[in-house]
Amino acid sequence: MSAKTERPNRPALSLHVPEPEARPGDEPDFSQISVPPAGSVPRPEIAAPAAETHPYVQGLIRVLDEDARAIGPWDPKLDLEALIRMLRDMAMVRVYDDRMYRAQRQGKTSFYMKSTGEEAVAVAAAHALDRDDMCFPTYRQQGLLVARDYPLVTMMCQVYSNRGDPLKGRQLPIMYSSKEYGFFSISGNLATQYPQAVGWAMGSAIKGDSRIAAGWIGDGATAEGDFHNALTFAAVYRAPVVLNIVNNQWAISTFSGIAGAELTTFAARAVGYGIPGLRVDGNDALAVYAATRWAADRARANLGPTLIELFTYRAEGHSTSDDPSVYRPREAAARWPLGDPVERLKAHLIGLGQWDEDRHGAMVDRLGQEVRAAQKEAEKMGTLGGGSLLDFPQDVASMFDDVYATTPWHLAEQRAQMIAELEAARK
Amino acid sequence: MTVMNMIEAINSAQDVMLERDGNVVVLGEDIGYFGGVFRATAGLQKKYGAGRVFDTPIAEGGIVGAAIGMAAYGLRPVAEIQFADYIYPAFDQIVSEASRMRYRTAGEWVMPITIRAPYGGGIFGGQTHSQSPEALFAHIAGMTTIIPSTPHDAKGLLIAAIECDDPVVFFEPKRIYNGPFDGFYERPVTPWARHQAAEVPEGHYTVPIGKAKVVREGGDLTVLAYGTMVHVALAAAEAEGVDAEIIDLRTIVPVDIEAIENSVKKTGRCLVLHEATRTSGFGAELCALVQERCFYHLEAPVRRVTGYDTPYPHSLEWAYFPGHVRVGLALRQAMED
Repeated sequence: MSAKTERPNRPALSLHVPEPEARPGDEPDFSQISVPPAGSVPRPEIAAPAAETHPYVQGLIRVLDEDARAIGPWDPKLDLEALIRMLRDMAMVRVYDDRMYRAQRQGKTSFYMKSTGEEAVAVAAAHALDRDDMCFPTYRQQGLLVARDYPLVTMMCQVYSNRGDPLKGRQLPIMYSSKEYGFFSISGNLATQYPQAVGWAMGSAIKGDSRIAAGWIGDGATAEGDFHNALTFAAVYRAPVVLNIVNNQWAISTFSGIAGAELTTFAARAVGYGIPGLRVDGNDALAVYAATRWAADRARANLGPTLIELFTYRAEGHSTSDDPSVYRPREAAARWPLGDPVERLKAHLIGLGQWDEDRHGAMVDRLGQEVRAAQKEAEKMGTLGGGSLLDFPQDVASMFDDVYATTPWHLAEQRAQMIAELEAARK
Repeated sequence: MTVMNMIEAINSAQDVMLERDGNVVVLGEDIGYFGGVFRATAGLQKKYGAGRVFDTPIAEGGIVGAAIGMAAYGLRPVAEIQFADYIYPAFDQIVSEASRMRYRTAGEWVMPITIRAPYGGGIFGGQTHSQSPEALFAHIAGMTTIIPSTPHDAKGLLIAAIECDDPVVFFEPKRIYNGPFDGFYERPVTPWARHQAAEVPEGHYTVPIGKAKVVREGGDLTVLAYGTMVHVALAAAEAEGVDAEIIDLRTIVPVDIEAIENSVKKTGRCLVLHEATRTSGFGAELCALVQERCFYHLEAPVRRVTGYDTPYPHSLEWAYFPGHVRVGLALRQAMED
């Protein structure tokens, strides 16, 4: 019996499966994306009720206008030194990403993920937060480490899983971790860091500390239960946390419509929790800085969490393991209506009469040299899979360390067995 | 020493630790003002304030996720999951996060988190208030799983768990909260007051994690059990007149292999008990360990009495539960083998 004939007097239902505007072979089509003018969203006082932000969760906080001038109430009015430093950090992330991507292609490591087009999301946030605020990032916020001056060589050693890797080769490349730099261990299980960020912030509040936490999540992972868990806990306990959604439009091959972006914005998720929601041009470093600062000041004043959607575009593939041209038009990234974050901040500085193409070119050259020097240093400590199958970068017995504080009998036994087996294999 | 039932002992352990360590916080559903559906946190919020003992939203993934963040901050959270049956929404945070944090950060971040959950059947709880999911946790690298069987051990082990710098799942056999239920479900409940292990020190003490306890010495066969099944085994051995050596494992990972080996090598026979479903249950691991280490000392096949591989039935609870009838039969058969 067909479902259709059972009740012929009723209309047949149909399932809606969202599809992006353009697929490979189509012209990229961003006509459905509205780009409100810079300066069009008001900036409430930090002590304002959450509801004051809610009319604008469909808007877009932008500071840099079409001519890269900083305008409107969200202009953070940063001094020249801060602007140049922010530009430098973003450019560094891009140079670093290119270098490490190439290293993966050269077989020096197993995997890499670039953050191209999204540099402002992490770098500007790091500049707006205090150095001792705690970050719970995803795998695409390497800019936080760069902006906090984490040593490049150590970052590379992690990517290479080599002898200099502080994580002893245990984590996939780019899943950095540094307590000293306030950068929480990255997980491949998406969204788990979101309630953790809230828990850290609750801890800070429980102890009467003044430090706040910040979390990042992708548009795709907002569909996870942990997103809802985090928002519920953050709202209930008014946790001092800045919760960022990096809406880069793509979750591997799945466009943001499959995560719920067709009917509303991600910033609008804040409304249901009764917390402030800000929707920000994520390719505008000044807007990202200003929104982060607003949310951080609010959290620090014990006024609770803020949800920030950073509207951006993943300009390259998800990782070294996928080719975006098989699921979206090749030219899509270049046509993204909000432009490129590095170019926009550069244009702003040039517009101020404080920067020019020559100085920029020289800076990028210097960053390139710095990265190449660091790479040379890092590679002295080995690369992944460089040697023979039984030639490992770490002491093999270390595989059994740190599972527990003290090694229980069954792990000690397995370690002894492994060593004996490897010895037998080497003979 | 004071006479305590298991709930009082568990409450006392948290009380002692809240008092001793300002970084201990207690969180969970209904655990604050109300004191928990089983009263395991009664009075603690009043004593320590809502900043340290507080109710959470009904979101187990959020409870454990937030506890991980608190541990990363430097706190020592004790999270109650109201029933072990409700722990599954938190599974990702337990398996992929808490258990592996020390490893994946090469020791930089550790997770001193205790996750308490009432578990097991025998209370007509139906399939969502009766499960014994310990094998799922025994399978996780980096996790420690504890199941006490007396008030004395419950308090000492819970304090040890809270003081442990690694995550611990602490399953509390809810059928024996109020008395050492021995499987004779038709008899009236014996309260803990008459049991010697209900004598509990009022202050701080620990029972070591990873150490089993021989609760009955014997020469005929070894019974490996934990939780409620320890009391079932004692009563069944008594009823059958079998000179069984009964070992209360108390911690299932890391399991006390020395105690198991010593006993089985002495008796030559082994019976493994648990309430949980049979296939891939923790009993399978115990059987494997015994045959790997004691094979040439065995005089009979290692037997298991467990829950059946069905969801926990409501009205047929006493047919499902591995009570004295099934355990008694297995004891007799093991001796005849």
